[in-house]
Amino acid sequence: MLQLTLKQNPPVPLEAELISPDTLARMSLDEIRALPLQLGKHRRRLDEFFDISGAPGLELKLIGDLSRVKWLGRGMSQGRIEIVGNAGMHLGARMKGGEIEVHGNTGDWLGAEMSQGTIRVRGDAGGQVGAAYRGSVSGMKNGTIIIDGTAGLEIGMRMRRGLIVVGKRVKDFAGLQMKGGTILLRAGSEIRAGAWMVRGTIISLAPLPLLPTFATSCSHNPLFLRLLARQLADWDIALPALDDQGTYDCYSGDSSVPGKGELLIWRPRNGSAVQ
Amino acid sequence: MLRITGGRVYDPANGVDGQIRDVCIADGRIAAAVGDGARTLDASGMVIFPGGVDVHTHVAGGAINFARAMTPEDHRRTVAFIRTQTQRSGLGGMAPTTFATGYLYAGMGWTTLNEAAVPILSAKHTHEELRDVPIVDKSCCVLMANNEIVLDLLENGELERAKQVVAWQIWASKAYGVKAVNPGGVAAWKWGKDAKQLSETVEGYRKLTPGTIITGLAQIIDELGLPHPLHLHCNNLGAPGNYTTTLESMKSLEGHRAHLAHLQYHAYGGDDWNTMRSETEAIADYFNAHSNLTADAGAVLFGNTVTITADGPWQHLLYKLTGRKWGNLDVENETGCGIVPYTYRPSNIVNAVQWASGLELLLMIKDPWRVSLSTDHPNGACFWRYPEILQLLMSADFRRDCMAKMSEEAKRRIRLPELDREYSLFEIAIITSAGPARALGLSNKGHLGIGADADIAVYNQDQDISRMFSHPRYVIKHGEIVIEEGEIRATPLGRSYVIKPQYESTIEEYLRPLFEDCYTMQFENYPVELERVEHAELRNCIPAE
Repeated sequence: MLQLTLKQNPPVPLEAELISPDTLARMSLDEIRALPLQLGKHRRRLDEFFDISGAPGLELKLIGDLSRVKWLGRGMSQGRIEIVGNAGMHLGARMKGGEIEVHGNTGDWLGAEMSQGTIRVRGDAGGQVGAAYRGSVSGMKNGTIIIDGTAGLEIGMRMRRGLIVVGKRVKDFAGLQMKGGTILLRAGSEIRAGAWMVRGTIISLAPLPLLPTFATSCSHNPLFLRLLARQLADWDIALPALDDQGTYDCYSGDSSVPGKGELLIWRPRNGSAVQ
Repeated sequence: MLRITGGRVYDPANGVDGQIRDVCIADGRIAAAVGDGARTLDASGMVIFPGGVDVHTHVAGGAINFARAMTPEDHRRTVAFIRTQTQRSGLGGMAPTTFATGYLYAGMGWTTLNEAAVPILSAKHTHEELRDVPIVDKSCCVLMANNEIVLDLLENGELERAKQVVAWQIWASKAYGVKAVNPGGVAAWKWGKDAKQLSETVEGYRKLTPGTIITGLAQIIDELGLPHPLHLHCNNLGAPGNYTTTLESMKSLEGHRAHLAHLQYHAYGGDDWNTMRSETEAIADYFNAHSNLTADAGAVLFGNTVTITADGPWQHLLYKLTGRKWGNLDVENETGCGIVPYTYRPSNIVNAVQWASGLELLLMIKDPWRVSLSTDHPNGACFWRYPEILQLLMSADFRRDCMAKMSEEAKRRIRLPELDREYSLFEIAIITSAGPARALGLSNKGHLGIGADADIAVYNQDQDISRMFSHPRYVIKHGEIVIEEGEIRATPLGRSYVIKPQYESTIEEYLRPLFEDCYTMQFENYPVELERVEHAELRNCIPAE
């Protein structure tokens, strides 16, 4: 396993898209030390910022507060990155496979436009998780992003497939213009969840403010939730899906598009769901 | 001074068809001979073409700039031009940035272009962008067929005054020609309508029809004696069954000169999207028999692009069909504009018909002098993909290979499988250079006769036609080597061709009060000053008797 420890916090964001298993696994330690990283308008060597130890391979461990290091694992297709500390913007953007685990917080655009792979964040994430970059037709096309803490604005914006799970309350516009896939909000969200959504599913285990363009459709426990619950059990995440626990209030929208997405809001037995 | 020796020269305007001969250059022009001190380029095994001329493209101004702003996703996936000693930074892609546009055109051997749609209100913007398109020479066409002042005059039958206004506006915009886009249709779009039939009254008018606008403008342009005839984007673009409208438009132009822009988009049969088919044969038959007309193909290639046109109502329809992004501009009393990113797919039967129709027109129109290569950049495809079209034109086998992937249903709706014609290099030189130069009335362009501008492209002779035309060995602009061995050596600024037609200065007294009433801009601020146009070169009109 190759281990990179941040020596000094860069004064401006450091662009480090070359730090990914695909690139580093093929290189010698000397080549890795000399890899170019862009710091503002200057090109710097990797070893100016990182202490390097271990052997190059598909496993990579990054240590330190990397909140000013951007584009880590961009487009990676295999292997694993473990980050002990925070990570900067665009972590795992456009990734095609492999695994990223962060023991800390991450910046915006986590897993943006990813097409496969898994990202697990133990802390909080920024906005635009799994989103489409400005102008793009679609955001994440597949893969899984699991965040234990909170997340910011516009998570899952224009996502087409895949799964985003957020443990704590997220900010506005979750699932903005969503085209497919699933977002699980374990602690609800601020306003305008599902705005402009065309298809896809947003599940909330806590009450959340509804847009007026979502219509009540029914209350039930969709069968697919049991499958999802089984999948989530692998990550120690509980999803209620059985009738004796309660039901989901199902809303369809966003009718302003018009879309046929669904918002499922958990109503435990003897509880009232919608605010 | 420069001498190019040993190359096969294709100079259709002077009847030179692949003979090996020297081309001499002195003072930026083709010369009969040069002294012994001249630098010599050995072009053995290469072919020599007059520099390419694009008669219809959209590379500068409000619309293309809006398209650039709307497509950041394309900027991310395209290759960037990195700044060097001789070269500015920029981006290629669907709507290349200004400097990159010049590099890409020159990098393919094209040295002159005509920006086909300029509203007077954004003419200043257009000229400022054209100034930043290096290497190539430029001209532009001003939009007139939905200009409310002109339409009001045509409605009232005041043709003489309309002529004065048109002449004044050409000079005000420092244009070279006049473009008519969906005559009356864009004016009607401001009422939420369109103008699909030539004989239908235009919304907001009592008796004005698209037919009256077309014949009125064509007559005015002939009387003013502009070197380039009326540049017409016919009504009903893109719609199934629109070939009848196109035929009617061509008939209404009898007795006048006209250039039909992107003819491919106007050559469809069928009743709706499910029955749409190619009707290029009917269009080509009429066109072949009427020498008053020229056209450009407006060919389509499969892939991503962004469509931009002054034809606002069509773009709204396209947006509704695709569900993609849509931009719409209203240009006060003059015109409109719509932007929609689009992907042409071979699996889509409509797209397959469009792809075939463009090639069919190029193959069925017998006189290559009257049909120019164009993709209506960026609408049908980006201009930097022209070499792919040349390959399709020069190889029937390659066309068959491409068609092999198409569905049987698509093949039933096109004529391309029956066409065996293959273009020769001589004919390619006509449709890419000599023909468009003649259609534009640029006598110093598109040929290698003595005194012509020394704009020359030298290509390696290659079986792979697409590769051959994508990578010229040398490109010479005004006698200077600008591309050599695939690298940009120099980026001189090109010239801008401007027309000053005759008009009575009293016409300003008529226009001023209308302006103060209707425009958001002061009359004095409206015209583009000549100083604003970089390297302007005035060309003459020859007014009709």
